[in-house]
Amino acid sequence: MPKAFKKLLEKHYTIDAYGAYILSKELILQALQILQEEDNYPFLVDITAIDYLHVKNQPERFAIVYLLRDENFKNLITLKTYIDSSLATQSITSLFKSANWAEREIWDQYGIHFKSHPNLKRILNHKEFKGHPLRKDYPITQGQLCHKSDDLMDEMTPRLKTKGYTSQEELMFLNLGPAHPASHGTIRTFVALDGENITCAVSEIGYLHRGFEKSCENHTYNQIIPYTDRLNYCSAILNNIAYAHAVEGILGVDLPERAKFIRVIIGELSRIIDHLVCLAAILVDMGALTNYWYLYNPREKVYDLLSKLTGARLTNSYMRIGGMSHDLYDGFEHDLNACLKEIEQGVGETLKLIEHNRIFHDRTQNVGIITKEDAINRGLTGPNLRACGVPYDLRVSAPYYHYETFDFDIALGSVGDVYDRMMVRFEEIKQSTRIIHQAMQRLPEGAICVQDHAISLPPKKEVYTNIEGLMNQFKLIYEGVKVPPMEYYRAIEGANGELGFFIISDGSGTPYKVKVRPPCFYAMAAYPRIIEGSMIADAVLTLGSLNIIAGELDR
Amino acid sequence: MAVGAEAIFGESLITTTLDSAISWARESSMWPYIFGTACCAIEFMSVASSKYDISRFGAEVVRFSPRQADLLIIAGTISYKQAPILKKIYDQMNEPKWVISAGACACSGGFYDNYTTLQGVDSIIPVDVYVAGCPPRPEAFLDALLEIQKIQATQSLLEDRAKRVFKGVLDA
Repeated sequence: MPKAFKKLLEKHYTIDAYGAYILSKELILQALQILQEEDNYPFLVDITAIDYLHVKNQPERFAIVYLLRDENFKNLITLKTYIDSSLATQSITSLFKSANWAEREIWDQYGIHFKSHPNLKRILNHKEFKGHPLRKDYPITQGQLCHKSDDLMDEMTPRLKTKGYTSQEELMFLNLGPAHPASHGTIRTFVALDGENITCAVSEIGYLHRGFEKSCENHTYNQIIPYTDRLNYCSAILNNIAYAHAVEGILGVDLPERAKFIRVIIGELSRIIDHLVCLAAILVDMGALTNYWYLYNPREKVYDLLSKLTGARLTNSYMRIGGMSHDLYDGFEHDLNACLKEIEQGVGETLKLIEHNRIFHDRTQNVGIITKEDAINRGLTGPNLRACGVPYDLRVSAPYYHYETFDFDIALGSVGDVYDRMMVRFEEIKQSTRIIHQAMQRLPEGAICVQDHAISLPPKKEVYTNIEGLMNQFKLIYEGVKVPPMEYYRAIEGANGELGFFIISDGSGTPYKVKVRPPCFYAMAAYPRIIEGSMIADAVLTLGSLNIIAGELDR
Repeated sequence: MAVGAEAIFGESLITTTLDSAISWARESSMWPYIFGTACCAIEFMSVASSKYDISRFGAEVVRFSPRQADLLIIAGTISYKQAPILKKIYDQMNEPKWVISAGACACSGGFYDNYTTLQGVDSIIPVDVYVAGCPPRPEAFLDALLEIQKIQATQSLLEDRAKRVFKGVLDA
């Protein structure tokens, strides 16, 4: 509980209907400092802005929401502040390094200015973009051409100054990406080189910004599921689950037992294949191509299973609000066991090749180190944070779907280098396999969807035979699931870390606002600082080990 | 009954036209530049892996340098921010070059009908083959490859591809 915060600011805050503490914008910095230093809330989950243009009875048009977790990652606190017509507030980058990019995103998407921010400029949209797309009065289809890429010198020059470089003559500037095989397609890192060493680095993202959040505001709740597939496309089903989980939280429904277990099984399988593709890619970046085949072929087998189950290989859209699209097929268990066996074999073969491999050790150990405190301050989560030795796993600290009853271990690293991040993932593959086996044994019979036809579709037999069923179907398809008004954040443990959705509903079938808390975004913000002082080849491995997925990063 | 040179040298010699010989060489040794940005690129990884094995068509030499490639495969969403980069890479490729636009996003923007996504890459560069799907199955990628081979087989060397007239929105 935030005792000091409550005691010191008692007279200055009010609590709104959804449990958020509302403060004036002048007090936010002080409040966050008290929370961080005295109440032990060291972890900034996310910051986002809200445009209340179409909502009545709000004091101002814009508000900013801050989400924090405490040191045990169990309690979440929400602070909210309204922004007056000056459209400016204090930056909190002095307290949380993770706020740097988050605030830039708010400036880019909403046009709210942050005073004393070190480098307030666009981050997702290009330099020539005019306007702020997530404002409610920006038309969704108004695209704007970009003719020239940013040269990033405006960010690089001050950065070089802090490192003590007055002239740029002895340095060589190089772009790693955005079209570079090791930059995974869409990430650009602009580096200043002294020989082979990176003295300064600046990252630019947004090359795959696809307007997820704006699209959400124009579709019904179930129509958003395919969009979530394409956030982290290596583990589409986990995104489905995270999103459905958040909406179900607003609805206040409890899933049937069978649905929970199926979500655990398929979710963990997604986690495995996500880790497989991450490890395969980083080993290729290292030049160990053989391992790619060992790790990628089992994934191919999982694709076959998912095609049978969901009809799609990669973007499955398997979940629905209040359940899933259909039940497991006959013979699923047999296929699943075959998949797990092949995964185990592939991982075993790979480990045989690299476990005692001198080259592998030299390339990964003590490379790209990030300390515990820094990682928390920068908002890293998931395997990247666990590699630093912080036992933060939402499946343990805030269990959902009966995770507390499964017997599994958290994989922890000790140094926080590339080696740890990779080995944590190898271990998590094993642990996920354990969870799947336990869940398969305990899988109960029963329904897979909530038995409430205001949420899930009625059986087709009813649609064709009685008017009630027909109307339910019609309403759900045309208007969407009616979700009561709420401002709500809920997260699950995604493959890359805390994957949360902050959803604002207004009672209609379409969300008023959806904000994803993408784990990659914060990992990527930390990346330029991690690689400064190392070599180019190490920078490539560091990027691979953080498992940056552009779809989730840029949304 | 063979005549001419083949009658003299037997089976150690074939007479054919230069056109078909060069086309045959081209179509069985394409060097793709995979401009992979998103989900489609993950599917392309499957195409390159052992199950679907793009090297059956002689196109496994995936290169990330426009100077070493003659087939540009655009796999993934192209945003307005990415467009100038894609155009630059296309311009840097040497003739003769071919382009596959793979997946709904590259072909038309897909279901990202919004302020940030380019509504089809053919507004900035010319496209030879479009592949449907979101993402396309690996078989669809291979099918596109076969389509490109057909184009190569039917086009004569005398047709100068560089002389094609195309004006996109980013062409000044």
